[in-house]
Amino acid sequence: MTYSIYPLGDQAVTIELESELNVAQWQKLRQLAQTLEHIKPDWLIEYIPAMTTLTVLYNPLILQKQYGAKHSPYEIVCEEINILFKQTPPHTTKKVKQIDIPVCYGGQLGPDLLDVAQYTKLTPKEVIQLHSERTYTVYMIGFAPGFPYLGELNQKLHIPQRTSPRLFVPAGSVGIGGEQTGVYPLDSPGNWQIIGQTPLALFLENADPPSLLKSGDQIRFVPISEAEYTTLRNKKG
Amino acid sequence: MFTIIRSGMLTTIQDLGRHGYQQYGVSVSGAMDTFAHRIANLLVGNDEQQATLEMTLIGPAILFEDDTFISICGADLSPTIDNEPLPLWRPIFVRKGSKLSFGFCKNGCRAYLAIAGGIRVANVMGSRSTFLKARIGGVQGRAVQSGDQLSSYSPSPYITKLIERFTCMTTKNHLPVKWHISYECIPHFNKKHTVFIMKGKHFSQFTRDSQEHFFTKPFTISMNSDRMGYRLKGTPLSLVGPKEYLSEPVTFGSIQVPTNGRPILLMADHPTTGGYPRIGEVASVDLPLIAQLKPGDVLSFQEISVQQAQRLLLEREAMIGVLKQGIKLALKGAGNT
Repeated sequence: MTYSIYPLGDQAVTIELESELNVAQWQKLRQLAQTLEHIKPDWLIEYIPAMTTLTVLYNPLILQKQYGAKHSPYEIVCEEINILFKQTPPHTTKKVKQIDIPVCYGGQLGPDLLDVAQYTKLTPKEVIQLHSERTYTVYMIGFAPGFPYLGELNQKLHIPQRTSPRLFVPAGSVGIGGEQTGVYPLDSPGNWQIIGQTPLALFLENADPPSLLKSGDQIRFVPISEAEYTTLRNKKG
Repeated sequence: MFTIIRSGMLTTIQDLGRHGYQQYGVSVSGAMDTFAHRIANLLVGNDEQQATLEMTLIGPAILFEDDTFISICGADLSPTIDNEPLPLWRPIFVRKGSKLSFGFCKNGCRAYLAIAGGIRVANVMGSRSTFLKARIGGVQGRAVQSGDQLSSYSPSPYITKLIERFTCMTTKNHLPVKWHISYECIPHFNKKHTVFIMKGKHFSQFTRDSQEHFFTKPFTISMNSDRMGYRLKGTPLSLVGPKEYLSEPVTFGSIQVPTNGRPILLMADHPTTGGYPRIGEVASVDLPLIAQLKPGDVLSFQEISVQQAQRLLLEREAMIGVLKQGIKLALKGAGNT
């Protein structure tokens, strides 16, 4: 399997397989992340899995202490990663975590559901069905705390982002924007079409890990009624 | 204990950042100018990881309710106690009841106030840094406000002794020690700077002209700049052809170019990932300097290799190591002078 390593500044490297999004390759990168997690080299600060890459942040000072001033920490890290990559076992199917995300669609919690239905020439019920019938893979968490990048939204639901972004989108809002769907983990401005809301918290600062979702998880959106939403929400509160 | 009487423009509690949570989308945050932050801590006998107050352009006013040692490093925001100007880069004894105020910003953008013992606030995911966007860390995840009462941890034993000695030795409300860190170690902030840049992953995808402009034309820091990133004004940069980029991790110092061609230099509170092409990455050694630039200041870029950037970084660390030893010895001897 071919891959390249390139620097991201002077304290990180990114390992990239092919530029195309490919599940088998992506799992190989996840395994490399697990290897790093397992052996915890001294020089490792942290790693960040993304869609076609794994970024590894390292401490050049520790590498210099270990290998002496003659060697470039960047070159040592590249070598170490090459070795780890070879040791990483070929594809093994590890059990993936499945998470159900309850969503109350439409109404005040999903103010754009009717617009989405109109644009896609579907009924609101069909929009909900197409959105909730498939399983999405969490490719990565990024951009904002707990924010998931999810795989393949049904093509019938592709719709442009809102032309005038909302200044306030409450945490838990489930939206569609372009070819993507996702959930806003925090109150924030936003330009996605909001079709519903989940009572679950995607980002919990006091939990460990602080994110409900992790790169590699599989999620499903499960439609719930407003009453169920309120019950779950109160339980959380 | 100390009380914030006036908050200043943007005063936040910062340490060396929240590491290990970027895979969950949590930014590192931490001091923008880590050099000034670290030295400020060392000067009052703290570990360099301890929390300091990062003050931006317009400083706060603070009332001290205990005898303590403070130090102020980084930008010169004209600090005073009892209308007497305070020196930067030096430990200062402060008697309880003293009021620290700041005036004009003479130089730089961000000053760091360290207090002996380090500022006591909750540790969230291994850090006390304020991350404004997610409202975590610091004081309830926000900038400090007037009326906030903060406290510090107990200073190290020799600093405690030093505080006792200075309390008896002087009748003044404040007294700087007689020494300071050597002038060669103190950075100078001008309105124009050239910083070292490593070519970014997508450098080759910019047009020849843009590649050349990037390293030859100056960029001005726009008003629209903050702890997340600096927007740069200059000749717009363009790509050879339109292309979609997948979101990928970015770092403190990454220079992204959105479709309008105006680069964004990512700073301490940057999002963990970004989807714009990256033309360059600032060498770590120059980040403290960039943290001290303000809107209107001018920046030029000079190419450097990763290996060279690391060499400079390691040299800087060696220099800090020497300073650390020197400061420790000087603090231990300070009571005798």
